[in-house]
Amino acid sequence: MGKKILLEHDHVPGIQGYEVYRNCGGYASVEKAIKTMSAEAMVEEVKKSGLRGRGGAGFPTGMKWSFLAKPEGVPRYLVCNADESEPGTFKDRYLMSRIPHILVEGMITSSFALGVNTAFIYIRGEYFYIVRILENAIKEAYANGWLGKNILGSGYDLDLYVQVGAGAYICGEETALLESLEGKRGNPRIKPPFPAIAGLYGCPTVVNNVETIASVPYIINNGGDDYAKIGIGRSAGTKLISASGHINKPGVYEIEMGITVEDFIYSEEYCGGIKNGKKLKAVVAGGSSVPVLPADKIINLPSGEKRLMTYESLSEGGFAGGTMLGSGGFIVMDETTSIVENLFTFARFYHHESCGQCSPCREGTSWMEKILHKIMDGHGTLADIDLLWEIQSKIEGNTICPLGDAAAWPVASAIRHFRHEFEAYVTNPNAVNKVRHYENMNA
Amino acid sequence: MAKVTIDGRTIEVPDGTTILQAARMIGPEVAPPTMCYYSKLKTSGGYCRTCLVEVTKGSEKDPRPMPKLVASCRTTVMDGMEVGNNTSPKVTEARKGVVEFLLLNHPLDCPICDQAGECHLQDLSYEHGSSKTRTDFERRTYDKIDIGEKIQLHMTRCVLCYRCVKVANQITDGRVHGVMNRGDHSEISTYVEQAIDNDFSGNMIDVCPVGALTDKTFRFKSRVWFTKPVTAHRNCEKCSGKVNLWYKGEEVLRVTGRKDQWGEVEEFICNTCRFDKKQTSDWTIEGPTVVNRHSVISANHYEVLAKPNEFKLNEVKPLPLKEGEKS
Amino acid sequence: MEVKFNEEALAVAHKIIARYPEGKQKSALIPLLHLAQAEFNGWLSPETMAYVGSLLKIQAVEVYEVASFYSMFNLKPVGKCLIEVCRTSSCWLRGANEIIEHIEKKLGIKDGETTQDGMFSLKTVECLGSCGTAPMMMIGAQFHENLTYEKVDTILDSCKSEDKRKTYFDEVTVKDY
Ligand SMILES: Cc1cc2nc3c(=O)[nH]c(=O)nc-3n(C[C@H](O)[C@H](O)[C@H](O)COP(=O)(O)O)c2cc1C
Ligand code: SF4
Ligand code: FES
Ligand code: FES
Repeated sequence: MGKKILLEHDHVPGIQGYEVYRNCGGYASVEKAIKTMSAEAMVEEVKKSGLRGRGGAGFPTGMKWSFLAKPEGVPRYLVCNADESEPGTFKDRYLMSRIPHILVEGMITSSFALGVNTAFIYIRGEYFYIVRILENAIKEAYANGWLGKNILGSGYDLDLYVQVGAGAYICGEETALLESLEGKRGNPRIKPPFPAIAGLYGCPTVVNNVETIASVPYIINNGGDDYAKIGIGRSAGTKLISASGHINKPGVYEIEMGITVEDFIYSEEYCGGIKNGKKLKAVVAGGSSVPVLPADKIINLPSGEKRLMTYESLSEGGFAGGTMLGSGGFIVMDETTSIVENLFTFARFYHHESCGQCSPCREGTSWMEKILHKIMDGHGTLADIDLLWEIQSKIEGNTICPLGDAAAWPVASAIRHFRHEFEAYVTNPNAVNKVRHYENMNA
Repeated sequence: MAKVTIDGRTIEVPDGTTILQAARMIGPEVAPPTMCYYSKLKTSGGYCRTCLVEVTKGSEKDPRPMPKLVASCRTTVMDGMEVGNNTSPKVTEARKGVVEFLLLNHPLDCPICDQAGECHLQDLSYEHGSSKTRTDFERRTYDKIDIGEKIQLHMTRCVLCYRCVKVANQITDGRVHGVMNRGDHSEISTYVEQAIDNDFSGNMIDVCPVGALTDKTFRFKSRVWFTKPVTAHRNCEKCSGKVNLWYKGEEVLRVTGRKDQWGEVEEFICNTCRFDKKQTSDWTIEGPTVVNRHSVISANHYEVLAKPNEFKLNEVKPLPLKEGEKS
Repeated sequence: MEVKFNEEALAVAHKIIARYPEGKQKSALIPLLHLAQAEFNGWLSPETMAYVGSLLKIQAVEVYEVASFYSMFNLKPVGKCLIEVCRTSSCWLRGANEIIEHIEKKLGIKDGETTQDGMFSLKTVECLGSCGTAPMMMIGAQFHENLTYEKVDTILDSCKSEDKRKTYFDEVTVKDY
């Protein structure tokens, strides 16, 4: 069993409520921080911990915090990104619904470190039932003196609110999230300026993922050095992995970074192998945006060694031969899966979710979906496959926000590794075996 | 001050200048094309991506190249920066892509479009596009609608530059139209039927780079290249009164703001000047207007689809090349 | 019919508005639109949107722009029971297409349609964060996961007489603090 930090008390009955959470050592980090630590020392600990943003980009959290501008007389904000909409990702939902207080505690501790007096948790609208869970937890935290005015008699004030979105993946992009929080369309902002300088209401703002924030209490309680020892090298700590698709045990797993991908897929502790004893075909390892890899390439590194569940190992081989840890949305596909059809669901997703501000993403995502549809319908040509390749290459890198890249990468990797499947749809569409996954799964 | 080199030509500009502005100061041969940026509108630019350039050297202090192409209209120069525009193969490729994206759903109705001859998208595709379209899907279409008595919106042609929204926000006293929906369903609309009616709304027509917003009082009266522009002014309480009158014979068919070499109006004008003053006697005539950038109009050769001639205008002299520097 | 929140909803609206700093009341727009949608039959008419705009002292067009951006806001009337089925990768891999087919057949409607009696509307949606318990659907604010044909039948049968449009804000939590 690997070390558990976030889900350590997941099995404890009643952990959703304040009393049980407190009895399990909850809110100790707030006490320690407010009573014994300076804000600077806290940021230093987070830096030492090597914690990297768990929202997808993996940016070092301590460094992000140290960039926060602190002009006199201007409020600062901390915003937790609970928009979780990347297909294949459901870890934040799991954590918030099971142990809401760990996020509330993390928000308080982090806010104190950043000198923030108003903080928001921006949660996707579809997670409405979790809004209630979080608001209950927040109410309990107020009632017990962890939030509000003069926390622990220190003179430190903090208000924490839950803000609900309304169905837009793009609001997970941090500047789109801030726009949405300001009551606007979720159009990403053109950067610079970055949120650390001008974020919410034009004030300095830190945006962090749920899992990132929830990792802070452990770091404050145990010290950055202790956290840095967990995991391997620059992949410090534990990571929540959302496992889905054709596996025996879909669900959220907290892993210590550094276990092998093979172990993660096949061991009983995690995914428990491929459902119905089928063979593994491909994996999307970090949410829909990251490159898909065929079985041999996800299990083994180019060197022949086993690939590990770390930021570095998953991206080894670069774009042509590797992928990314991303948000940890681990989608497993068995041998019956059509890569073309799976890609179609992604292409439709990005088309649906493009905000429409910039022309390559607005037009390109819709064009790619249409071409894929045409190919799936048996009307595609070999030229369409090349065209698809070219469209993705013209989107990538040329857009305002990374959604364009996120839409391009799955297309590029699917064609790169599975070109023969596209060709099969084009050259002999009648021979393509259309699988009904429901029947397969419920056989 | 910052020294910046664009396509091998160096110029010194005040800090905070964008790459695009610096390039325009050097001259049209190095200026990236623009579809959404408009120097007279705050926060414009960034959307269309036609002005992407390659920054091959970040600055004197940090010479690393920028990892991605950047929108020159929204990126400020740094001292020592080196930028590739027309000389960068990456830019040429990316721009071809952008043009194709912009044309993907654009109707090929130039022959019946009022904007033909002064359409920035037409210019852009001459200069940076490839001749062939590769889509065989049906184009997105919308019905034409009247937004008020004087302006028609033909959404099918819109490239979502956001300029008209910014005009409404920044120079009129109340915006009633905006961008609805999202992604490729985005559209400029009032949502509920509503007239856009205030003293400066006509400027939306002038800033529209394509034929999506057109002057209903001019529609179908004549092709642009059969009209002659004349520079004129009048005393107006609401605006500068500085305009172009577009004549066909003795008749004023249309009044617009005066456009500069980049196709931007020099000053916004009011609706009274634009829509209600169509007699020569309303105006003091200054003389014929020199049309420089949109030379399709003066060259009168729209039908043969030839590439328009560019005028070389160098308002700001670029610094002389240093020894050993490539031009 | 004049569009106006009842006293209780109005009180909630004012509580939400009060969360934001002076002059930043527009931040309340999305929460208020959720509230309005729950209060006024599960969709946002132009009048409803204009009313929300008036509460926040913003132009109606600003409300239209925002409401039309977010997929959870219905700009047309919907059935009493809006069924939203996810069809993205992880759900598709575990049979979402077949589940959608099953619902379409059972209710005699296609994606985007409403049954004649105004009871059910079907909407396919993108990943709702239930990929590990796929296939899934959302009705009102409730997730239904690990769906099978039988489970779908039971759930839809139990919905028959209920108006789920209000569940979204029926237990408005903000009034507590
Ligand atoms: C299109 C897009 C969607 C994103 N969605 C999410 C999301 O749902 N949750 C999240 O935490 N970060 C998301 N991100 C990343 C955020 O922009 C941001 O990097 C992150 O919230 C920072 O937090 P972290 O440093 O703690 O990871 C998304 C980014 C993009 C470009
Ligand atoms: S890349 Fe797509 S989502 Fe991002 S700003 Fe451009 S259009 Fe919007
Ligand atoms: S002109 Fe710069 S992005 Fe449009
Ligand atoms: S793919 Fe259906 S909930 Fe994620």
